[in-house]
Order: sequence, then C-alpha cells, then structure tokens
Amino acid sequence: MTVPTAPPPAEAPDGGPEKIEGETRIDLYRTMVLARTFEEAMLREYHSDKRPGFDIGKGLVPGEMHLAAGQEPVAAGVCAHLSTGDAVTATHRPHHFAIAHGVDLRKMAAEIFGRETGLGRGRGGHMHLFDPATHFSCSGIIAEGYPPALGQAFAFQRKGTDRIAVAVTGEGAANQGAFHESLNLAALWKLPVVFIVEDNDWGISVPRAESTSVPSNAARAAAYDMPGERIEDNAVEAVYAAAGRAVARARAGDGPSLIEVHTLRLWGHFEGDAQAYRKDLEDVPGRDPIPTYEYTLREAGLLDDAAVQQIRASAAEKVEDAVTFAKESPEPDPAQALRYAFAEPDGGAA
Amino acid sequence: MTATADTHRLTTAKAMVDGITAEMDRDESVIYLGEDVGAYGGIFGSSTGLLDRFGATRVIDTPISETAFIGLGIGAAVEGMRPIVELMFVDFFGVCMDQIYNHMAKISYESGGNVKVPMVLTTAVGGGYSDGAQHSQCLWGTFAHLPGMKVVAPSNPYDAKGLMASAIRDDGPVVYMFHKGVMGLVWMAKNQRAIDEVPDEPYTVPIGQARVARTGSSVTVVTVSLSVHHALDVAEKLAGDGIDVEVLDLRSLVPLDRAAIVASVRKTGRLVVVDEDYLSYGLSGEVVASVTDVDPSLLRAPVARVAVPDVPIPYAHALEYAVLPRHDRIEAAIRAVAAA
Ligand SMILES: Cc1ncc(C[n+]2csc(CCOP(=O)(O)OP(=O)(O)O)c2C)c(N)n1
Repeated sequence: MTVPTAPPPAEAPDGGPEKIEGETRIDLYRTMVLARTFEEAMLREYHSDKRPGFDIGKGLVPGEMHLAAGQEPVAAGVCAHLSTGDAVTATHRPHHFAIAHGVDLRKMAAEIFGRETGLGRGRGGHMHLFDPATHFSCSGIIAEGYPPALGQAFAFQRKGTDRIAVAVTGEGAANQGAFHESLNLAALWKLPVVFIVEDNDWGISVPRAESTSVPSNAARAAAYDMPGERIEDNAVEAVYAAAGRAVARARAGDGPSLIEVHTLRLWGHFEGDAQAYRKDLEDVPGRDPIPTYEYTLREAGLLDDAAVQQIRASAAEKVEDAVTFAKESPEPDPAQALRYAFAEPDGGAA
Repeated sequence: MTATADTHRLTTAKAMVDGITAEMDRDESVIYLGEDVGAYGGIFGSSTGLLDRFGATRVIDTPISETAFIGLGIGAAVEGMRPIVELMFVDFFGVCMDQIYNHMAKISYESGGNVKVPMVLTTAVGGGYSDGAQHSQCLWGTFAHLPGMKVVAPSNPYDAKGLMASAIRDDGPVVYMFHKGVMGLVWMAKNQRAIDEVPDEPYTVPIGQARVARTGSSVTVVTVSLSVHHALDVAEKLAGDGIDVEVLDLRSLVPLDRAAIVASVRKTGRLVVVDEDYLSYGLSGEVVASVTDVDPSLLRAPVARVAVPDVPIPYAHALEYAVLPRHDRIEAAIRAVAAA
C-alpha cells in the first residue's frame, strides 16, 4: 500500500473509536447478498435465451451486460453512509451501487428488461439507469460519471445542505482526462464529493500494471491535494471505515476524498467474455468476498444458519419479485420511440 | 466469388486484419494501437492475431486514455510512422475529439501542406443489438462534416481489405469505420454477406469510388455499410414485384463519389437514401444535394430518406428497430418512391 499523503485518521472524526455495531455488520452482509442475488438472476436471465451459440442481440435482456459480482464490498461499504438524498454516479457496471443506494429493484429490473415500467421507460438499458428518487445515475462512457457528480455536490452545497455526491470509476477509468479534471476541480472548490475507484485488476483484458503508472490512486489524490486511501483487501468493513471518514469530511464542508479499493471481478468483463487473457482465473472463486464475510460474522456470533438462510431467502424473494414484475410489464410502444428526446412539461407522465 | 487457389473465405473482420497484416509486413512503420487490441484481439475482431504475428512492440494495448493515445498516433504519424489507432466504439469520440478534428484533421491544412499525418483511425460503429444510446451510433456524418479527414465504411470483406490498404498508404488521416454487423462475428446476428472469398494477394480499393452493388433501372438506393445488405435484401424481394432497384454502396463518405450518385439517378430518376446515422444535417441530405446541385430535374419523384430519426438510439429492442433503417422501412420507402 502506497499512501504518500498523511495517513487517514485512525479515529472517526467525532473523536470516538471506530467500531462497527453488530447490526451494521449484518446490514453490510445483507446488502452484499442482495446485490449478488440480483447479479446471479441477471446472469441466469441473460443467458437463458441466447442459445444456440451466443447472440448478444437476442433474448429478453439483449446488449452488453456488465455484472459486478465480487465488487459488492465497495458498494455496500460506501452506501451504508448515504441516504437517498445523496447522489451516486456509477459506471457501466452499476447494479451493485444502485442496489446498495436503494434504487427500486422492480424499476431497475424492468429497465434492464427494456420495459415501459423501467427507470427509463426502456429507453436507457443497463448502462443508463437514472433514478431521480435516489439521485442515482450511471454512464457507459468510462470516467464520465465523475464530472456530473461535481455538479450535484455543487448544487447540494449551494442549497446549504450537507448532502454529498459519490462518484465511482474503475481503475482503468482513472487514466481518463475526466478523472483528473474532476479531482482538481473538486479539490479546488472544496466540493462535497467522495471519489471511489474500484480496482478489479482488469480494464477488460488489460491488467492494471499495463495501464497505470502508479501502484495506488491515492498518489493521484495527493497530487490534487486531497486525502487518498487505497484499501488492499476486498473487505467491506475496511471500505465502510474509510468511506465513513470521507463522507464525514465531505458533509463537514472540508472537501473531497478519494478511496481506491482493490476488489475482484468475479466474472467476465461482460457476459460472453471468454477471459482467455486472464491468468488469475483459477484463484478467483476462492477470493469471493461474500463467503469470507459470512464466515467472519459467524465467528463473531452474529450469524447462524437460520439467519443466513433468512437473509438469502429474503434477497431471493425481492429479486424474483423484481424479475417477475419486469417480465410481466408492457414493452414500450414503438410508436412512442421518439418521445423524451426533449423535456416534456409533465416529465412525460402523460 | 467462388474459391480459387488464390482466395480464402474470410469474414469482414478477418479480411480487415488481412489488409493490416499485409501492410505491416511491407512497412515497418505501421503499428496498431488501442484498447484491448493485443491479447483480446479487438472487441470486434479488428486486430485478432496481430499480436502473435508482430509482437507487443507493434501491436500495443493502451490505457483507457483516448486523447493521449490518439494524440500519440498523430505525433508518431507526423514523424513518419504510419499508426493505426483504434477508438473502440465511435461513440467514445466525445472524450478525444479535439485530437481528432482540431489536430489530426487540420495539421495538413494549417501547415500549408508541409506536415503530413498518415494515420488511420479505426472505429466500430452501428447498432441493432440493444447496446443503448452510447454504444450504437454510426456518427460518420459528424466526422465527414469536419474537413480534413477521409472517411471510409466498408460493407463487405473484399472492400474491408482493399480499403484498409488504401487507408494505411494514404498520406493523410483516414477514419475507417467498421460496422459491427458486417464483421461476421460469431456472437452477433449472422449476415450472409459478411463472409466471402477474398484474394490472398494484397490489393487496394481506391478511396472515393462508390460501387454499384446491384444494377437496376427503377429506383436508386444510395447507402453505405450494413445498410447495403438490408437494401440488397429488399431489392431481391422487390424484383419479384417488378421494381428493379439499383443499390449504390458509397464505400466512402469523404471523398463522396457524387458522380456515381448522379449517374445512377440519371438512369433511374428516383432516389432513396438509406443511412444508419441520424437524419438531419447528415449523409442523407448531402446525397440529395449531390443530385439537386447538378440538376434537380433528374428526379422524377420526391426523394425518400430512411435514417435514424433525430433521437438517441433506444435500448429496448422494439424501440431500436423502430428507429433503425431496417428492411420494412426501406421497402416502404422504395415502394413509395417507385410509385410516385
Ligand atoms: C471513454 C471510453 N473508452 C472506452 C470504453 C470501453 N470500455 C468500457 S468498460 C472498459 C474497461 C473499464 O475498466 P475499469 O474502469 O477498470 O472498469 P471495470 O470494467 O473493470 O469495472 C472499457 C475500455 C468506454 N466505455 N468509454
């Protein structure tokens, strides 16, 4: 771990010792399980009707599909500090953050299935989820979620609130101009932003070492004069602790921070990716963060078989309900294909 | 074409790579760089096999830093190399357009012709597989609108190879736009004309010459890239109804083969333009002007333009197919123009 800035404070900003309540720990686990259950359902649905062979344009959920299995600790640990009044701008791999931030599962699933009841009435798709109710959005253009987060933070600040914006990218995206411009501007104007970098080792087929000149993006945070921290383990509690400090700093008006988490891309870059380029594949299942955390919580006496069963069953129920809702929802009317390119007075309700 | 000892059946993607390989063999200064062009072989197969053959010094994976590596291509070209630089999807031009249109495209002019930028910018275009508004555009009209770059868009394996050779040998920047739907990818809907016999020997297809893909007498369809295939399908169908469609494959937007357009319309007197790019301010209007600038009286009926109405490409399949120029819309337009 390379942290050229002053190390982050070991104590929470209120001066009290950092300690996670048992209930919070179970919540973190619950969020991760819900996000994973959703991704597993998407995996199943996506591949269910693309055979024989694999035709990316076929089936009820066509197009590219980037699933975030393995990266749940990042979303759960960060979003545990947010309310739905805070903004999150996510990436092309957005589901785990959407779920952790409280985006409605039914509307999200319906969007992924291209239905009129979806977040974007089927116009957007899985890389383009916009939820005004939770100030959540994402983009398929990498690093391009960073700049709008600045603006949401700016607006929150102008309104005199302590709401903040969280901006997410992958480590590959941290080599994009928008990333660097955003860090500078946010630091310069002390905007209430928390920058998250999900380092899953890979930008599609390109390993981090071949794309990035520094071993830690904390170094880049330092270059823009903001606190930066790299978390080497894909551990939800470490993320939770670091995010707690960054969020508190942003809410207090002290400006932005950056947190990079060394996480895990459990599956392919997108579905259909054969991953022939990937040499670490054999180790991957053993690095799954969810069983690891479950073990920790069992050891701590916070979870037992019954509790785990209950959490999994509840997640499955919510996810299957969302998938059923999506499948039973009407498809958009092709005659309405041209609507919503421009603002409509009633928000398009009619 | 049928197979001979001197040809091989290749997909458009493989033919494109064949064209690159031949030029890399004969010219050390040709390199290929971009995202996932090495071990992955290009997301759409545009560089498959090049790494194995030429090694990592000539086939180079870049960080996701389009401004930097496209700019690097420009600088290397200025110093006499012939880089081929891949922008993974044309939709990503937003993050790097300054290097493309203010630098790559303008250096020749600003230097009074004293500086050359012999560079190829390859990029994937097009929709039809529900990839949403940021991964499905063609945008060739945007590039063609800005002076200083040639713009080519092959529709088939033969042209893909020959246009690539011409693009690499060109002393100025060429934007080479390959539609995902013509590449012959195993993981996308099959297109029967995306695989064909291609000569093994290197050859060039001149940039700026359209090709009559089907000869006909009743209606001219001017189009490019994947839409050529849709137009040919429709033409076959309409032949049975006595509508004899001529299909002109532009192959390049810059230079635009206006003479070929005029010659065809002079023969048929009727024009349909099919363009997978946005309708307004684009290729379809330019094609029509190519006729009316010369002689509006060549047209015996109003022109029909089948393009993407001015709306972002929708995700949901039914919506996307409603806005793309697919067979049903092309057929309706040809019938209307033929009957007018
Ligand atoms: C500007 C831009 N360039 C390239 C792409 C294509 N692309 C999509 S995801 C991706 C890799 C991103 O890697 P990373 O940021 O590490 O995120 P991950 O996919 O690993 O979650 C690339 C190159 C894009 N969407 N936008």
